[in-house]
Amino acid sequence: MSEDAPLRFHVPEPEVRPGDRPDFSNVKIPQAGSVRRPSVDEDAEQFRDLAYSIIRVLNRKGEAVGPWAGTLDDEELLQGLRHMMLLRAFDARMQMAQRQGKTSFYMQHMGEEAISCAFRKALNPGDMNFPTYRQAGLLIAGGYPMVDMMNQIFSNEADPLKGRQLPVMYSAKDHGFFSISGNLGTQFVQAVGWAMASAIKGDSKIAAGWIGDGSTAESDFHAALVFASTYRAPVVLNIVNNQWAISTFQGIARGGSGTFAARGLGFGIPALRVDGNDYLAVHAVASWAAERARRNLGPTLVEYVTYRVGAHSTSDDPSAYRPKTESEVWPLGDPVIRLKNHLIVRGAWSEERHKQAEAEVLDEVITAQKAAEKNGTLHAGGKPSARDMFEGVYAEMPPHLRRQRQQAGV
Amino acid sequence: MPRKTMIEAIRDAMDVSMERDDNVVVFGEDVGYFGGVFRATQGLQQKYGSSRCFDTPISELGIVGTAVGMASYGLKPCVEVQFADYVYPAYDQIVSEAARLRYRSNGQFTCPIVVRMPTGGGIFGGQTHSQSPEALFTHVSGLKVVVPSNPHDAKGLLIAAIADPDPVIFLEPKRLYNGPFDGHHDRPVTPWSKHELGEVPAGYYEIPLGKAAVRREGKDMTVLAYGTMVYVAEAAASETGIDAEIVDLRTLLPLDLDAIVASVSKTGRCVIVHEATGTSGFGAELAALVQQHCFFHLEAPIARVTGWDTPYPHAQEWDYFPGPARLGRAMLETMEA
Repeated sequence: MSEDAPLRFHVPEPEVRPGDRPDFSNVKIPQAGSVRRPSVDEDAEQFRDLAYSIIRVLNRKGEAVGPWAGTLDDEELLQGLRHMMLLRAFDARMQMAQRQGKTSFYMQHMGEEAISCAFRKALNPGDMNFPTYRQAGLLIAGGYPMVDMMNQIFSNEADPLKGRQLPVMYSAKDHGFFSISGNLGTQFVQAVGWAMASAIKGDSKIAAGWIGDGSTAESDFHAALVFASTYRAPVVLNIVNNQWAISTFQGIARGGSGTFAARGLGFGIPALRVDGNDYLAVHAVASWAAERARRNLGPTLVEYVTYRVGAHSTSDDPSAYRPKTESEVWPLGDPVIRLKNHLIVRGAWSEERHKQAEAEVLDEVITAQKAAEKNGTLHAGGKPSARDMFEGVYAEMPPHLRRQRQQAGV
Repeated sequence: MPRKTMIEAIRDAMDVSMERDDNVVVFGEDVGYFGGVFRATQGLQQKYGSSRCFDTPISELGIVGTAVGMASYGLKPCVEVQFADYVYPAYDQIVSEAARLRYRSNGQFTCPIVVRMPTGGGIFGGQTHSQSPEALFTHVSGLKVVVPSNPHDAKGLLIAAIADPDPVIFLEPKRLYNGPFDGHHDRPVTPWSKHELGEVPAGYYEIPLGKAAVRREGKDMTVLAYGTMVYVAEAAASETGIDAEIVDLRTLLPLDLDAIVASVSKTGRCVIVHEATGTSGFGAELAALVQQHCFFHLEAPIARVTGWDTPYPHAQEWDYFPGPARLGRAMLETMEA
């Protein structure tokens, strides 16, 4: 007989559940401007601590401070604010459209707008993102027409993807936006492959992979890190840690690791953690990582610390798994309000102009929606033909699909 | 004409494809410096450099996942999975990604990759070096599935697979690498150097995907086979004296239904043989198609001869393997039915 106590099985639990008082005291928030900025070619061993900290630029007074500040001018910041506001208004209208039965499904970005909007501005034309379903800011900030996004969401006759994909699973090659799979994690290792190809060809383009906190548990994540590390692929590997994987808190995927960024350290990949609700910090870190990739210094792993304010999708109710008011106490605030306040502090913006911009943005989204709805919505108006269903499975339709199309009578 | 082993023919196919198109890259476990555990890529790294032929970490998911990304960039990766038995970690990347990319992006992104893998048993490889997983791929829309049976075809089919704009699963019956093994494991195998299908033309030639070949013309029955089973069928025909027409399918997806229908309509009898497990095996698809398209020509029930529905055993390899005796019995029964 062993004298040891019986073994106990451990299942991590979040700090709070519905009915409890929301509490983020466990999230350590360093002061804005306090985290150093290594040079891009510094040995990754020298800044391992950055995988455990949070790089922040905007302080509580709305000032941009510290070594990561100063990558954007007034005009660029105003544009960034506009993109985030557009994305938020777009989300609100599409969320409503789903409730109205105009589409089957929607996923909004509320709280996470800064990440994809600011990241897009660190890329060059020809670079390629391998996004998840919560990076539509890459499209908005890249000037992709909202009406085409809506055509896809409505699966209408002008849907660029001919009704074949679930809503929000966009694909826009010319805008550096890889086809969203909807299978979690798969795109992370593909981004590494794309970057390897660019290096094999002696090209100058870089890739960006995207994954959520929950999906870092997929093998694809680990394969991506191994291959990126081995071949020093010119890729920026982004983890969006929005605290929740549907109903599962991030501790289930993170396990005993201090942070998600720290996963990169074992692979020898420089890893940074950044305030995902700070447009300036996201842009600064993304630009730093992109420069590393462009200068053939290899991959960077970036964890964006943020909070998913809304539901995972239109198919779940967060009040069933977390306190209703949790988002209100999230210590990193709201990305739109923070950038707005910063611009006001800079003297480049005002409450009045912000109100006016909100109205303009809403108008722009409604105009796009009206145009898109003319092409139909999921159950009304124009839709892709049943014949389209058989097209594009292969470059050339094989005989068995021809027979089936004939059988279907389309 | 020079005669080559199947491995030499496969290496030749990659060589001429790499020579012709700078976008063709070859990689996998042990594939670079060493030239592959079966030597299929021997010399390619020396000839084309380590940016076009290289070793990878042991991660089939990573091999195929990066290949999908490279293909979406514009390269044409031809990757090796060391044994078909090892492909399962990459299955999601093949099924959910490679196979669907063209469709789901409406042609914005495509995935012209080839995943080569040695398949089948007969080498005392046990359950982890003997499987025949073709049906797991023929069930997937968007893939093409090829199983060559000789050096001449292997080269032309692999060249066509690499040139193909869509993902191709290229299953190489490893027991055929050195000669046309007919299931008589107690006898020496004729080397490809003494077989006419070992004649491999130099340079670039394609054998179109989706076209079967009649290996033996006959009037009594049709045997539908692919890979190693082509030679098992030849042995069974000669040992039973049945005048069987042996159709080597070569490509399972897309399938050459016309060739199958033409043969079975002529002979009126059909036996299907494959090494993979029987239940939900590719033979089930073949039987259904033959029934559907040749029903009024059939004079006997369609028979299937397959591996048993067990994991591939080690010591009992020859009890498992559908050899000429088992196939011959099924052929005789089909003649008598």
